[in-house]
Amino acid sequence: MIRVEDVRKSYGAFTALDGLTLNAAEGTVLGLLGPNGSGKTTTVKLLTTLLTPDSGDAWVAGHSVRKDPESVRRNLGLSGQYAAVDEKLTAFENLHMVGRLYGMNRRNATARAHELLADFRLTEVAGKRAGAFSGGMRRRLDLAGAVVARPKVVVLDEPTTGLDPRGRLDTWDVVAGLVSGGTTVLLTTQYLEEADRLADHIAVINHGSVIAEGTPTALKNRAGSGRVDVTVRDAADLQGATSVLTEATGGLAIPEVDHAALRVSVAAPGGHSVLVRVLAELDARSLAVTEASLRRPTLDDVFLQLTGGNTQPENHISKEGVPA
Amino acid sequence: MSVISAAVRDSSVIAHRNLLNVLRTPGALVTGVVQPVMFVLLLGFVFGGSLGGDQYRSFLIGGILAQTLTFNASFTAVYLAKDLQLGLIDRFRSLPMSRVAVILGRTTSDLYTSVISIAVTLLCGVAVGWRMNTGALEMLAALGVLLLFAFAVSWIGALIALTARSVEVAQSLGLVWLFPVTFVSGAFVSTASLPGPLRAIAEWNPVTSVATAVRELFGNTAPSGFIAPGGWPADNALLYAVACSIAIIAVFAPLAIAKYRRISKL
Repeated sequence: MIRVEDVRKSYGAFTALDGLTLNAAEGTVLGLLGPNGSGKTTTVKLLTTLLTPDSGDAWVAGHSVRKDPESVRRNLGLSGQYAAVDEKLTAFENLHMVGRLYGMNRRNATARAHELLADFRLTEVAGKRAGAFSGGMRRRLDLAGAVVARPKVVVLDEPTTGLDPRGRLDTWDVVAGLVSGGTTVLLTTQYLEEADRLADHIAVINHGSVIAEGTPTALKNRAGSGRVDVTVRDAADLQGATSVLTEATGGLAIPEVDHAALRVSVAAPGGHSVLVRVLAELDARSLAVTEASLRRPTLDDVFLQLTGGNTQPENHISKEGVPA
Repeated sequence: MSVISAAVRDSSVIAHRNLLNVLRTPGALVTGVVQPVMFVLLLGFVFGGSLGGDQYRSFLIGGILAQTLTFNASFTAVYLAKDLQLGLIDRFRSLPMSRVAVILGRTTSDLYTSVISIAVTLLCGVAVGWRMNTGALEMLAALGVLLLFAFAVSWIGALIALTARSVEVAQSLGLVWLFPVTFVSGAFVSTASLPGPLRAIAEWNPVTSVATAVRELFGNTAPSGFIAPGGWPADNALLYAVACSIAIIAVFAPLAIAKYRRISKL
């Protein structure tokens, strides 16, 4: 339903997309995960025909963004980073306007607006101006605007950025509702929890290309079946703790060191037996530990490994180092 | 649906939205209402005494109308720049709507502001002694010339907004050019009294011809002390005003639309 093939886009010397390739099957959610500046927003602009690729092409519902942008726009709804609502207009007027701009006549636009206000729990505030809305309500109204024409594909660009926790839960509910209705969704986010919760398939991007992809579970498995974290009291003990962790896993995995948090973390396929060995060895070496734990890996682990977002040099994190 | 009917429909949707915005923004119309009143009083009574008294104040109204409508181009610049800064414009650009609607809707809805400015100026004129000495047909023709000219300069404001890309820049750029354009003209004085090169510029300035055309249609004559301006534009003020308005639209509308198609936020 969404296909991006080897797309490149540069702005002067800056390469925003560097051979980006993506696929999302009908009725699924593709999560696009990456740090700021990794190319998420450029991908959104590509799919919504706001920019033309330098090379490569992308298809939305079978229509090429290069050759038939008009058909792409007809089959796609966008909810951008900044809620696209007119603050001076009421919730109803906002949706009615978008319906009219999709080419609906007045009666159909009115009917559709009321239907969406009900679907997105906004009926009570239909006559209130959007400027008075909370962040979560504004976002719901924006999402409603994205689906006015029942598009096959909806693109959500960081839908919960800047929302309070309640607004975020609210938005997740709405997105889950969209997907249950069969809409294909491309979701960009910086929040791993969000991708984990909403996406069927995740593509991790950095510097404009995909560096890893798979289901959230598969990606988490890359980080090992479990992880052991050890936090030491003194920075001087960090080195010692690192070698304890390395030995405890038989040298299979290379620990990641967070110098600021005084924490060492390692993939521990052996689970609790690794933790027992680690604690015994730390004790034997008299290293002062403030916290030691065994936990399931999170997408954060995958993300940090892949993007080199920790204090370890990138070349220490090799695929061989992480047991599948 | 044809391209043109889609453009008209989408533009009217946007114009309606803009109108609701103006009506719901307290203070949005203050400039459009206060400025003509202020200029009528300032010029009419500060300069009026030296320039011909009641006769000058009658003569002045056509000039104030031309000036006020030219200044309304700055509304277009500011409000369009504001729209461009909102996330809303990305929504518009991702919709299968006409590519000209956002700007055409803006320049059209700014005509409402112009209608209000014209009404205020004329009421203020009546209060200071201005009278119309002709009929309803001439009034309609004058309104037509004024609104056509307002619509034309509004496209200049649109191009400024699309070039400036920020509200602050659009605000200052949208204003600076208006002072020389409206003052180096026959809006407030006789062009014949200006020195050489300024006189030539003023004679061919569309603002002059709009002011002159409206005065002719209203039947307002210059104060007896004024030297009658000469030249083709002065003799054919109505024709020249209409031709200039059409020429401005023909140049600036395609430029603004092309600019809108090109801009992308990143």
